[in-house]
Amino acid sequence: MPARALAPEAARAAAAAVTDPELPVLTIAELGILRAVRVSPDGVVEVDVTPTYAGCPALEAIEADVKAALRVAGATDVRVRRVLAPAWTTDWITEPGRDKLAAAGIAPPSPTGHGPTAGHSGTAGSGPVDLTLAVRCPRCGSTATRELSRFGPTACTALRSCASCREPFEHVKAL
Amino acid sequence: MSAGAVVDPPVAVYATRLGDDTLILAQRLGGWITNAPQLEEDVALANLGLDLLGQARMLLTYAGEREGLGRDEDDLAYSRDERGFCNVTLVERADADFGEAMARLLVFSVYQLLLYDRLSASTDPTLAAIAAKAVKEVAYHRDHATQWVLRLGDGTPESHRRMQAGVDCVWPHVDELFETDDLERALVAEGVAVDRPGLRAEWESYVRDVLTRATLTVPEPAAAPVTGGRAGVHTEAMGYLLAELQHLVRSHPGATW
Repeated sequence: MPARALAPEAARAAAAAVTDPELPVLTIAELGILRAVRVSPDGVVEVDVTPTYAGCPALEAIEADVKAALRVAGATDVRVRRVLAPAWTTDWITEPGRDKLAAAGIAPPSPTGHGPTAGHSGTAGSGPVDLTLAVRCPRCGSTATRELSRFGPTACTALRSCASCREPFEHVKAL
Repeated sequence: MSAGAVVDPPVAVYATRLGDDTLILAQRLGGWITNAPQLEEDVALANLGLDLLGQARMLLTYAGEREGLGRDEDDLAYSRDERGFCNVTLVERADADFGEAMARLLVFSVYQLLLYDRLSASTDPTLAAIAAKAVKEVAYHRDHATQWVLRLGDGTPESHRRMQAGVDCVWPHVDELFETDDLERALVAEGVAVDRPGLRAEWESYVRDVLTRATLTVPEPAAAPVTGGRAGVHTEAMGYLLAELQHLVRSHPGATW
């Protein structure tokens, strides 16, 4: 029996500070995949996370990191639940998260209109893929960039290059 | 295991059908890693395969839960024999070349996008959530296949020839995508499943447009359509595919890392 249940705010803060293994400049809260943190009266901490992509291989690592972070914060029993609805879109990335991506040389995604406030899930695929008309180079700010490959080193990024500063960069593609 | 099909709740069978389609196509796409025409394409097909594998894991996990026999995603993927798999034959084909791989991806992703779009409104909350998650990913798959079919079809004489050959090879498998049966008709009536035959007109419209723009000939309807996958009757390619997919787990039962 735990001596005392972890305060909900402390549990939330510990989970929110876990970073994404593939985009380590972002916390899972900034990425928008941390959905809820609950502490039951008997001290069990339950954390809801949602995958970015259905096959995201980082989710198991994230779950392990969340459990470890909460144990360090004083929780003894931690359960991580995967939730699917509402489906994550790149609109769930917070404004500070977008700024951090850009500062790390990764172009943030364009808005999709299917975010946490849009109150909409599904049917996004009925139209064509949302095109990104102008992606700004995160290094020099030029919009003279082009897509090298829509599929980058992780499921959520594409590869682009900048015609102005000649640098290649990653772009979190709108989903 | 074959007796299981009789007692399975229909929704478990349905989820298994959808899950097997994605699992087997993920395996085929994985086979292109290091073999694609360019490095970026290796990465792209790996990413598409990973999306499909993620969908397969969710669908087969759910199938196992609803089946109620204590089987999880791994049991379903690694412990069933060929006759226990109910994927369509289209996804199990061994690609003769990259053109055929892209023809198959176009045919399948156009169908899957329509399916998931409808399924995201299913009365089954789990199927709806999986479909709503996956539909945006599949939009990228369809776009990727479309770009390649246009580029190869309207490319050099050799790329055009091979792209056309690819389309011709996968065409006899198209009818099976839109087949239905009593089990699915009952689920459609409950709002759980998607009416597959009802997807065909929109599918035809998109695929015909792409093939035409790619200067390719839309094949005539197949005289002898290949079918049977849903009932576990597969083509010769399936046994070899499963041997690769399952041999490690079967050789070392219960092994972990």
